[in-house]
Amino acid sequence: MADTTTRIQLETAVARVPGEASAPRKPPVTATGFLGWLRANLFSSWINAAVTLVLLYLVVRWVIGFVEWGILNAVWSVPAGQTQACREVQGVGACWAVVTEKHRFILFGTYPYEEHWRPALVCALFIGLYVVSAMRRFWNWTLVPIWTVTLTVIGILMWGGVFGLPYVPQERWGGLPITLILATFGLAFAFPLAILVALGRRSQLPAIKAICVLYVELIRGVPLISLLFMASVMFPLFLPEGVNIDKLLRAQIAIILFAGAYLAEVVRGGLQALPKGQYEAAEALGLSYWQKTGLIILPQALRLVIPPLVNTFIGFFKDTSLVLIIGIFDLLTAGKTAIIEPAWQGFGVEVYIFVGFIYFLFCYAMSKYSQNLEAELNRHRRR
Amino acid sequence: MSQSSTDPRLLRAPPKRRLRLSWRDERVRGIVWQVLVVGVIGAIVWWLWSNTVHNLEVRRIATGFGFLSREAGLPIAESLIEYSPTDTYFRALLVGLLNTLKVAVVGIVLATILGTLIGIARLSRNWLLAKLAGIYVEVIRDLPLLLQLLFWYVVLQNLPGPRQALTPVEGIYLSNRGLKLPALVWEAAHGWALLAFLAGIVGTWLYRRWARARQMQDGQPRRVWPVALLLMAGLPVAVWWALGAPWVVDWPVLRGFNFRGGTTITPEYFALLLGLVLYTAGFIAEIVRAGILAVPQGQWEAAEALGLRPAQVLNRVVLPQALRVIVPPMTSQYLNLTKNSSLAVAIGYQDIVSIANTTLNQTGQAIEGIAIIMLVYLTISLSISLFMNWYNARIALVER
Repeated sequence: MADTTTRIQLETAVARVPGEASAPRKPPVTATGFLGWLRANLFSSWINAAVTLVLLYLVVRWVIGFVEWGILNAVWSVPAGQTQACREVQGVGACWAVVTEKHRFILFGTYPYEEHWRPALVCALFIGLYVVSAMRRFWNWTLVPIWTVTLTVIGILMWGGVFGLPYVPQERWGGLPITLILATFGLAFAFPLAILVALGRRSQLPAIKAICVLYVELIRGVPLISLLFMASVMFPLFLPEGVNIDKLLRAQIAIILFAGAYLAEVVRGGLQALPKGQYEAAEALGLSYWQKTGLIILPQALRLVIPPLVNTFIGFFKDTSLVLIIGIFDLLTAGKTAIIEPAWQGFGVEVYIFVGFIYFLFCYAMSKYSQNLEAELNRHRRR
Repeated sequence: MSQSSTDPRLLRAPPKRRLRLSWRDERVRGIVWQVLVVGVIGAIVWWLWSNTVHNLEVRRIATGFGFLSREAGLPIAESLIEYSPTDTYFRALLVGLLNTLKVAVVGIVLATILGTLIGIARLSRNWLLAKLAGIYVEVIRDLPLLLQLLFWYVVLQNLPGPRQALTPVEGIYLSNRGLKLPALVWEAAHGWALLAFLAGIVGTWLYRRWARARQMQDGQPRRVWPVALLLMAGLPVAVWWALGAPWVVDWPVLRGFNFRGGTTITPEYFALLLGLVLYTAGFIAEIVRAGILAVPQGQWEAAEALGLRPAQVLNRVVLPQALRVIVPPMTSQYLNLTKNSSLAVAIGYQDIVSIANTTLNQTGQAIEGIAIIMLVYLTISLSISLFMNWYNARIALVER
């Protein structure tokens, strides 16, 4: 059947007057456009069609369920402390009222209420700092003054006590600023440490190499929690009598030591990936060790490992949430504390969705940035 | 060219340089630097140590592991071995260690299975499946694990009570008391059947080796699966049958406000396992995907051109090459899962960290408690990485 139609078409084509071009036949509707795409990507075989239909059913059911729970049946606000309306819909509808009522507490912890604009400004400054650091045109020495100035301003805003800002002791800080402080200061100090350790691990001097290997392997072999416990219960024993460092700083030191070991391995990867000729050429020019490292090796090696570095940053941003276990008031702890109050007990899911959304925004932005950067840095390699 | 290699000047050993005491000598500089660094670090450690000793004296805390043999008096909700609060701290810590291993081993197996499936799904030709897998990976990797654990724990706690328990299949109940499953009443015959199964695995492995060796000699491929089936399924069933085929199942039954019988998976363990498996699977999926993508398209085509069946293409050509890329990062994911299981302390599952933490709070032995935690994790980490290094060496590319 198909054979005859082709033949007929061929014959008619041949029978035409030579020189008069016949219009090319259009491909069948099912092979192009939206239908063609559907067929190629969703219904290419019986099994594929079955998988598609099952998944479609599950997705639609789940989305409808979520819309019903999260939007249609949800309670958006209740009169202060009156959670009766929420209790009634529990199980069928979300109680976003817990977020509307507690969002200031979750974001800024026990910071004095009328001063909340200060931590809010601090968060904005941190985000601005990240954005500026992510721009390639600032990848030079100007970053150092930018960071110094921003971090100083952040310190002034958080503590206050000058320029007419009331003093706020560190015990009252909490929420998102603490998470951002732990992550930012952690990385700012861990990164130089990591570079030194990575260089030390590749050093020819046996004693220095041994110390660096020991440090990296020891830290990477134990969970961050054990270091945080160490910071919280053992650290006071390490210091001379009477000297006391506050808990936040102790946790910060633990995070720096932890991040340093992991970042060092990433940096070491870059040092190893650099062709040997670069080392030899630098030596042949008569450069000293630090000249060689600072001018030739590091600029190239660090560029090689930017994508894995950003991935490690994301990991640490998430890991700062572990300070919950030693009772430091970061974003996650604030969320967990918000639902301890009897009136709001049982609405953890809504609070964790809210807190998770904030973490997700930061991590997703970093991960997209890392992917774009990787594509951009590898452009010369693509054929 | 050949002349230069026989050049007598090159054959002579380089002149031995004498160590000159000058800053210009590289070796002198090296020694000075090392002495300096070791000295500074040694001084810091000594300072911390002397402070610690002094502080311990002032606070009258006795050091040492003597407390391990004292009565613990701490209740533990779930334990693989017999335990009561009158047992020693040592036994309590042992229970904690077993609980850690319980969650780590089960978690690694489940995360590998789920992660591999999701990784393959991301490469699927089905657009919807690939996109969904992609969204899963992106979302799960961008949320802190601790947040996910707390979330699952809250979800499990918000489940209805035992009387309104969810029953997906008769005999399985999901309530805020955890997951209730029917249990097989264990008898000696089951133990022997399990032993026969293990013997079957060894036997299959030996047969496979023998079949490979014979194939190398006469070129005849031999089927392994009939023997495998016989040894791994037939033998245990035969043993079980010969011992009287005992089969008593203990079904969970609702009595009053709780279930009786069956076996329980506590909400704490369930939430921890769920969180760890879902989180780690997101990372494993990416590793598997990268590993499969690392095998060039030409390898698939060449294998197909040789006339291999699809299963053979996967087994003989693609997987061995993909595994070389997959195994090293997979090792670090296994290590991560094990270390992340320490987050159990946040949701009240009593693993080694949780019990060591309680111990150090009760006894005041901070240094010893943390030393125990670190020692346990270092041992586990080293064991896993030694095993995976051995496995990696086995599957590594054999070059001339």
